[in-house]
Amino acid sequence: MTDASMDKIARATPAPMARRIRGLSDRTIAWIFVAPSIFLLLAVNIFPLIWTIRLSFTDYRVNRPNREAEWVGLENYQRILSDSGIWSTMQATAHFLIWTIVLQVLIGFALAYLINMKFRGNDLWTTIIVLPMMLSPAVVGNFWTFLYQPQIGLFNYVIAFFTGADPASFSMIGDVNLAPWAIIIADTWMWTPFVMLICLAGLRSIPDSIYEAAECDRASKWRQFWTLTIPMALPFLMLAVLFRGIENFKMFDLVVQLTGGGPGNTTTLTSIDLKREAFERWRTGYSSAYAVILFVTVFGLASIYVKALTKVKER
Amino acid sequence: MKKQFMATVATGAFLAAGATSAQAEDLTLCWAAWDPANALVELSKDFEEKSGHKMSFEFVPWPNFADRMLNELNSGGQLCDLMIGDSQWIGGGAESGHYVKLNDFFDAEDITMDDFIPATVTGYSEWPKGTPNYWALPAFGDVVGWTYRKDWFERPELQAEFKEKYGRDLGVPATLAELKDIAEFFEGRDIDGNTVYGAAIYTERGSEGITMGVTNALYNYGFLYENPEKPYEMEGFVNSPGAVEGLEFYKALYDVGPPPGSSNWYMGENIDAYKSGQVALQMNFAFIWPGVEADPNVGGGKSGYFPNPAGPAGQFAQLGGQGISVVAYSSKQDAALEYIKWFAQPEIQARWWELGGYSALKAVVEDPGFASSQPYAQTFLDSMAIVKDFWAEPAYADLLLAMQEKIHDYVIAGNGTAQEALDGLVEEWTVIFEDEGKL
Amino acid sequence: MSFSVTSPSPAAKWLAGILVIGYAIITILPLVWIIATGFKSPADAIAYPPKLVFEPSLEGYVNLFTTRTRVTENDFAALPPASSWYEQIVRDQGMVIAGPSRYGERYLNSIIIGFGSTALCMVLGTAAAYAFSRFRVPLKDDLLFFILSTRMMPPIAVAIPIFLMFREIGLNDTHLGMILLYTAVNLSLSVWLLKGFIDEIPVEYEEAALIDGYTRFQAFIKVVLPQAATGIASTAIFCLIFAWNEYAFAVLLTSGAAQTAPPFIPTIIGVGGKDWPAVAAGATIFLVPVMVFTILLRKHLLRGITFGAVRK
Repeated sequence: MTDASMDKIARATPAPMARRIRGLSDRTIAWIFVAPSIFLLLAVNIFPLIWTIRLSFTDYRVNRPNREAEWVGLENYQRILSDSGIWSTMQATAHFLIWTIVLQVLIGFALAYLINMKFRGNDLWTTIIVLPMMLSPAVVGNFWTFLYQPQIGLFNYVIAFFTGADPASFSMIGDVNLAPWAIIIADTWMWTPFVMLICLAGLRSIPDSIYEAAECDRASKWRQFWTLTIPMALPFLMLAVLFRGIENFKMFDLVVQLTGGGPGNTTTLTSIDLKREAFERWRTGYSSAYAVILFVTVFGLASIYVKALTKVKER
Repeated sequence: MKKQFMATVATGAFLAAGATSAQAEDLTLCWAAWDPANALVELSKDFEEKSGHKMSFEFVPWPNFADRMLNELNSGGQLCDLMIGDSQWIGGGAESGHYVKLNDFFDAEDITMDDFIPATVTGYSEWPKGTPNYWALPAFGDVVGWTYRKDWFERPELQAEFKEKYGRDLGVPATLAELKDIAEFFEGRDIDGNTVYGAAIYTERGSEGITMGVTNALYNYGFLYENPEKPYEMEGFVNSPGAVEGLEFYKALYDVGPPPGSSNWYMGENIDAYKSGQVALQMNFAFIWPGVEADPNVGGGKSGYFPNPAGPAGQFAQLGGQGISVVAYSSKQDAALEYIKWFAQPEIQARWWELGGYSALKAVVEDPGFASSQPYAQTFLDSMAIVKDFWAEPAYADLLLAMQEKIHDYVIAGNGTAQEALDGLVEEWTVIFEDEGKL
Repeated sequence: MSFSVTSPSPAAKWLAGILVIGYAIITILPLVWIIATGFKSPADAIAYPPKLVFEPSLEGYVNLFTTRTRVTENDFAALPPASSWYEQIVRDQGMVIAGPSRYGERYLNSIIIGFGSTALCMVLGTAAAYAFSRFRVPLKDDLLFFILSTRMMPPIAVAIPIFLMFREIGLNDTHLGMILLYTAVNLSLSVWLLKGFIDEIPVEYEEAALIDGYTRFQAFIKVVLPQAATGIASTAIFCLIFAWNEYAFAVLLTSGAAQTAPPFIPTIIGVGGKDWPAVAAGATIFLVPVMVFTILLRKHLLRGITFGAVRK
């Protein structure tokens, strides 16, 4: 239905109420409906973004109100890109991103596959599995530090119970080698159900008739899995990876509560590093440049990925 | 300061109930969430009664305290009327205009800084240091010291074994090296069927923990923040051979002394480990001592206290503690000043000590009965006599973050050498001071 | 098996069931542990080995809602007997209640900011979603993508200018500031979700209403809104859960008056060290409502978490 015909209908309506508001064309209503949202987003997202870009060329510091900020050109960007600390932060972020995605996809897909066999009570258990991802990462992350405590923590106790190691002999959060895994485990615990739900939707979208046809062709179950199930579920899997990728690139609350970025800098992800620069050192200009670099990175990676995703969908 | 307030004060030396013409205000005091803060709530009930103002409190635990409160100050927030801010914030508080300068108020009220322990005046009130510009009233004296299990130390079999091994008596260590021996001696030992460990020390990464710990070793091995002759010259002072040795000592202590998994410990974790009987020694600020004495497991004479032991270059201890300031963004500054005036009174300070608050008033600590009033009182006095503090520059947070990172990376994560860590620290601090325009 | 080639064998179903249930039990363990720890005494909470069976205690909950202090021995001895059960619990620790804790206020802030931002977001989001669904809005796709992209920015990065902006206009640490901020953050979710829900409502209903003499606006209120009620309700719950759980903005932009529970709960400490039962008690009271909502929402969960990209 076109706007013109809508107008015709509206004009044809005799009710008195309609006459009063008839002045409001659809176009006007559309603008009235959309404008407040756009305005709020401009005020809270775009205006600050522009401000950030401007600040990124200055040496402004919030905690030096009495000092004039100076225009420093690209110096902040140069400093960031030549800082070896930033690169180790990026490495820690990449390690976290890759492993959480790998683990969550593997476990999430496996769970979805199993649940899709529709055993009795699968709905109830699915709901239970989903619970962690809806909870506050900060509150839960804080509690994970308790679970990870060497002597008294449940996690260490359970691991010790199954492996026979002394529960006081390892510290998930304190050990340089274990801490990156401590955050990966907690994140995987929280977000595997997310991947699982999306995969489940993917599996359920595959019509039975396709499998029946394959069965007639005498394709083995194994072959069916690789040639039918995986390709059909792939767009869903990729969507799940996109969401987890963006979310974990932004990761702050869970990790800041768990390790605070330590020990040393082993779990200092970009958001934690940025928070230190912006809200502990108060290097506002410098951290604005840092933020701009992160925007560009996340938008760049996401749009490349979305292109790939669209290709897969079209196939 | 307003005329109205002056008039109020003129009505009498003490604020009697209802005597103030100022309207009743709801004052918020911000401080760290710890035992002394709860004691202050109790103490302040007297102020509420006498002044008619209502006191609210905003307490934030140490690991988040600086972060949250500096954020609040930098945002120009009006949450806090009174701030018991950490000693190192004083430079920023003064230069950025977060705190109200108190000189005129002190003069008008006959409060003189001569009445307070000199180290606390320098540490908590002055900016620039060494000048009579006051931004806070010393509120809570604090210093790092050691708590030990006297009952374990006194066991004859342990004494004998220790003597045989080290050729001296098991007792309060005279030097840091001796302290490390004792920690090593207890590490992994079986006491009454429990495995116990040597010493709980500060290792926390996120805020200021490991810095507040390691400085107790660094100072005593010869670390200096800057050339005494030439401010901000750090090369050869921060990373002097003595400083390197001190840092290596702290790592060695970390390697032999604390319980497993204590890689991110600060005040709270050390207390827990000590109270639950896991460790023979703990490094901690003096504020914990009243709680230790009252504890059913380790209190009542089972614990002893001693100041940070000497090292090759002298005997110093890390200063803690805070002064109380009026926040410049508060709209209730008159009432807030009233609180400080009330708090500065000798009898309130004496009561403060009774409740577990370390008064910095000379009249309280120099009282003949003070040293024997509590088992830890003398240790507190001795420790307060040897204090040194971290930078109190406006850039303190920057300086601290750099130190936290370098020290944690070497001591806990085991990366690089002590020399590299301190060289790196000099480099970062130099950049910070250059950015500040001080170099 | 022989009838349906796609249905797994009973044995396979059994195995699948066991594996999934096993995973579910492991995954729920930390949550059970939080709730259980809230009812432990502090000594039991840090016992080694961890205590599975323990004597329930309300100390954690009492400590959560009070601030306690030690008084001098003489004062303590002179106190009148405890006037309530909770005061008795505090006395048994050798302390007295100095006043209420700040947990209640922070929880209330969470409710005000959560519901306030959700309500505002629903009003703005429903209107915008309707417009995007039914009208030809210029640059529609670009605007929709713009709305979505605001969600990709790391909150810390966004917080830098917001902090400065709020400081300028005095919105730091205020309910209004946080409500506006959370509304803006949630708008992307609600517009995308609601557009999907409204797309599913047949246009014919409105056409009929328009022919009956309703104005466009009336048709929206009387026809579309009731039809979209379920969608709006589930979207609202998603927005509420987001605002409820949000931490990064809250920790940076609030300090007291408008601080919500998530930044507050991790900072609950006891006398001396961390009071885990009190933390667990605070967490339990905070998390349980979300668990209930999750169970209520389970049909729309997938749609909500994927911004409407996947509909079951």
